[in-house]
Amino acid sequence: MRNLLALLLLTGTAHAGEPALDPTALTRLVHQDCGSCHGLTLKGGLGPDIRPETIDHYDPDVLQSVILDGIPDTAMPPWRPLISEAEAAWIADYLLKGDTE
Amino acid sequence: MKTLISAIALAATLGTAALADTIATGDLGLVIERAKGSVLLIDQSDRASLARIEGLGDLSHASLVYSPDERFAYVFGRDGGLTKVDIVERKIANRVVQGGNSIGGAISDDGKLVAVSNYEPGSKTIGLVDAPGRRFVFTMWDTGETWIADMSKGNDPEITKITGMGKNPYDALVTGNGRTYITGLFGEDGLTALDLWADTPEPIRVLPNYGRGQEEMPVYKMPHLEGWALTGSEFVLPAVGHHEVLWVDAQTLEETGRTKTYSQPVFAMARPDGRQVWVNFAHPMNDTIQVIDTVTKQVIHQFKPGPAVLHMEFTPRGHEIWVSVRDENKVKVYDTHSFELLREIEADSPSGIFFTARAHRTGL
Repeated sequence: MRNLLALLLLTGTAHAGEPALDPTALTRLVHQDCGSCHGLTLKGGLGPDIRPETIDHYDPDVLQSVILDGIPDTAMPPWRPLISEAEAAWIADYLLKGDTE
Repeated sequence: MKTLISAIALAATLGTAALADTIATGDLGLVIERAKGSVLLIDQSDRASLARIEGLGDLSHASLVYSPDERFAYVFGRDGGLTKVDIVERKIANRVVQGGNSIGGAISDDGKLVAVSNYEPGSKTIGLVDAPGRRFVFTMWDTGETWIADMSKGNDPEITKITGMGKNPYDALVTGNGRTYITGLFGEDGLTALDLWADTPEPIRVLPNYGRGQEEMPVYKMPHLEGWALTGSEFVLPAVGHHEVLWVDAQTLEETGRTKTYSQPVFAMARPDGRQVWVNFAHPMNDTIQVIDTVTKQVIHQFKPGPAVLHMEFTPRGHEIWVSVRDENKVKVYDTHSFELLREIEADSPSGIFFTARAHRTGL
């Protein structure tokens, strides 16, 4: 919770003009939309398993940039047109923390 | 209870005691409730939900096929669960976990075999369909091979492998007569077809210059080809990464046109008479449906059923369409001629809608 607050504060400072993060909407995005390739429980589909035990060796920054910019020559699209950097950071954090059920 | 007693009395009079218990399934169907792991039994004639059957596991991206007698549904869960649902008794008749990561299935033409497409172990399989002659056809996302498994000589399949279908096939369809199998390609331009009537089917390139375009557009949801549309003499296919649907001559497999759409299409489904094609779209434009007239290839109607339109199912003769609106927790029923909203039915995160009439169609 403290981390989330810190993140929210940071977001507030860095993107003063943007609307606040909506964890409910982002959680839904992860499971419903990321989940269309990675599975609703994120254990993989056409896209790979992205549960915490599988991705815990990645830095949050790396995950954030994959989310924002995709991976060329794969089916992983860039989400930058749809979400902010702060939202991508929140998702990276969420994926690593593993509160995915 | 009084009614039941008189019904039984009447039945006894007629000498058919079972009459009171008769349940016809021809106008029933099931809706996948993806988050809850349940299916909703629906009645097309009454436009109503009849019962919820629970305990089917992870049903995200789930689908099902029906037994030839339209009594049982075989539900393919994402977690590898294969559940046999008894529509008459409104309960689970059997359930096995056949794999760990599954994506769909098919039932053989004789109704005796059920095949499931799995993402592990080995290559990820996609586009699994049944074909006449107790065959199944499926394709590998990783290797671009299509395999035809012929089970006509028993349960040891005779496998024919067709290589060179293309890079990263993401889904496939088979035409209603079981002759043409078409895979959509994510990793390169165009689609690839097979003539299943040929002794040794060879890959046939379709729209080889059509692809994701010079500037590749991000794809947030792979289109589905299962809802392929044959409208008279043409196929209609959702384009991958483009805001359009493609028209292809069913005989020559040459492109015959394109129709600009609202966003990236997910399903392009023909009304059973072939006169209209209904299209839904990928996130974040997935609140909208467009209806295309197949004679003029023009969009004739556009509307917003609600947040996250995931699937559409026509009644077998096409007079109505049932639409799942996931984030509003509703299935909505529309008249396909007047486009009037006829009914809203409560459902928990609904996705796929499947009427029992699918039991009699190849590829569904």
